[in-house]
Amino acid sequence: MPKVKIKRKSTWIDMTAMCDVAFLLLTFFMLTSNFTKKEPVLVATPSSISEIKIPETNIMTILIDAEGKIYFGIDGQVNRQQLIGKMAAIYRVSLSEEEIKRYTLLDLIGNPMSALKPFLALPAERRDLVQNNMGIPADSTNNQFKEWIKSARSVNPDLRIAIKADEKTPYPAIRKVMKSLQELDENHYNLITRLETVPGN
Amino acid sequence: MAEVSQDSTSSKRRGKRRAKKLPNRIDFTPMVDLGFLLITFFMLATSLIKPQTMEITLPSDKNTEENKAVAKASQAVTLILGKNDKIFYYFGKTEGAQLIETDYTPGGLRKLLLAKNYNVAKQVQDLRAEKDKTGMDEQVFQKKLQEIKTNKNALIVRIMLTDEANYRNMVDALDEMSICSISRYAVVDIEGADLKLIQDRNI
Repeated sequence: MPKVKIKRKSTWIDMTAMCDVAFLLLTFFMLTSNFTKKEPVLVATPSSISEIKIPETNIMTILIDAEGKIYFGIDGQVNRQQLIGKMAAIYRVSLSEEEIKRYTLLDLIGNPMSALKPFLALPAERRDLVQNNMGIPADSTNNQFKEWIKSARSVNPDLRIAIKADEKTPYPAIRKVMKSLQELDENHYNLITRLETVPGN
Repeated sequence: MAEVSQDSTSSKRRGKRRAKKLPNRIDFTPMVDLGFLLITFFMLATSLIKPQTMEITLPSDKNTEENKAVAKASQAVTLILGKNDKIFYYFGKTEGAQLIETDYTPGGLRKLLLAKNYNVAKQVQDLRAEKDKTGMDEQVFQKKLQEIKTNKNALIVRIMLTDEANYRNMVDALDEMSICSISRYAVVDIEGADLKLIQDRNI
């Protein structure tokens, strides 16, 4: 077959444009998004039509998971340090410098004060296991949750309260939280939800 | 762009210069791979969506007695949220009230609330249409909205949740308050006569 000769074309493609696009996309993502916060439990929040965005700073987060366990956290490492100092003083738990430092790096804490020291001693992977988080007690006999809020309020009076709970959280757990808040005269708070489109009236 | 040429000016070379040139074009394929790897990392580890919040302000303990006294019986609706996404409601006072069942679909709770709150809902709708037409200032709009909602004849809703209800029920109920333009509502504890009603009906 000497007549038919397939010409061998060069297959080199200039990748410069592709590289530019890739770095443009990368820059976009780097600048416009925020790293998601790691939470001890994954919570599916219910949807609501409210379009108000959650504030970024001066926020106190109360997380209630589907079983009713309460987690609490505030933002700002300096604030956290002061907060843990106050709580440790109230419940007479002595924490070393190292443990305080570990605490300030955690977004949310979900353990009673008595279990706090062993919890902070765990390595990071073990801390995320669900069974190591027992939830902050909020019963009327041992309302540590109320103390957390009171102390947080005294550390930073501008804190706004945000409650994030799972869709399936049973109402009694929510009621405990709301009652504690009501007793402290905190009546203005935010419930974190997903966006739902407004139905046409 | 990717053209690099190099002069070899080593003094050690004698005689004829070794014309060792780097290739005219550099292949950027590995660079692109790296770029996409980093993009994938950022796409998975970060989030563009910021979560929304729903602001609620509940009346403090001291005020509920006042509120209960002032509410006219004809304006008051009490919602009782039970298990399995069921809602029971009644109008007016607790004594001699008949519990009627409804649910969270638009044809249930929303229909009933809009019907009862018809005047206010219509006024809000008119105000919105006016805002779109005349380009009213946002602050003025909000002020007028507040005035309409806190009108003396507007509907007052009491929301009671049983122990079998879940958080989603509560958020849905509060959402309906917002959708139906009801600004006078409260989440109250179940007590006394209401407790008896629930037990009788076995919710």
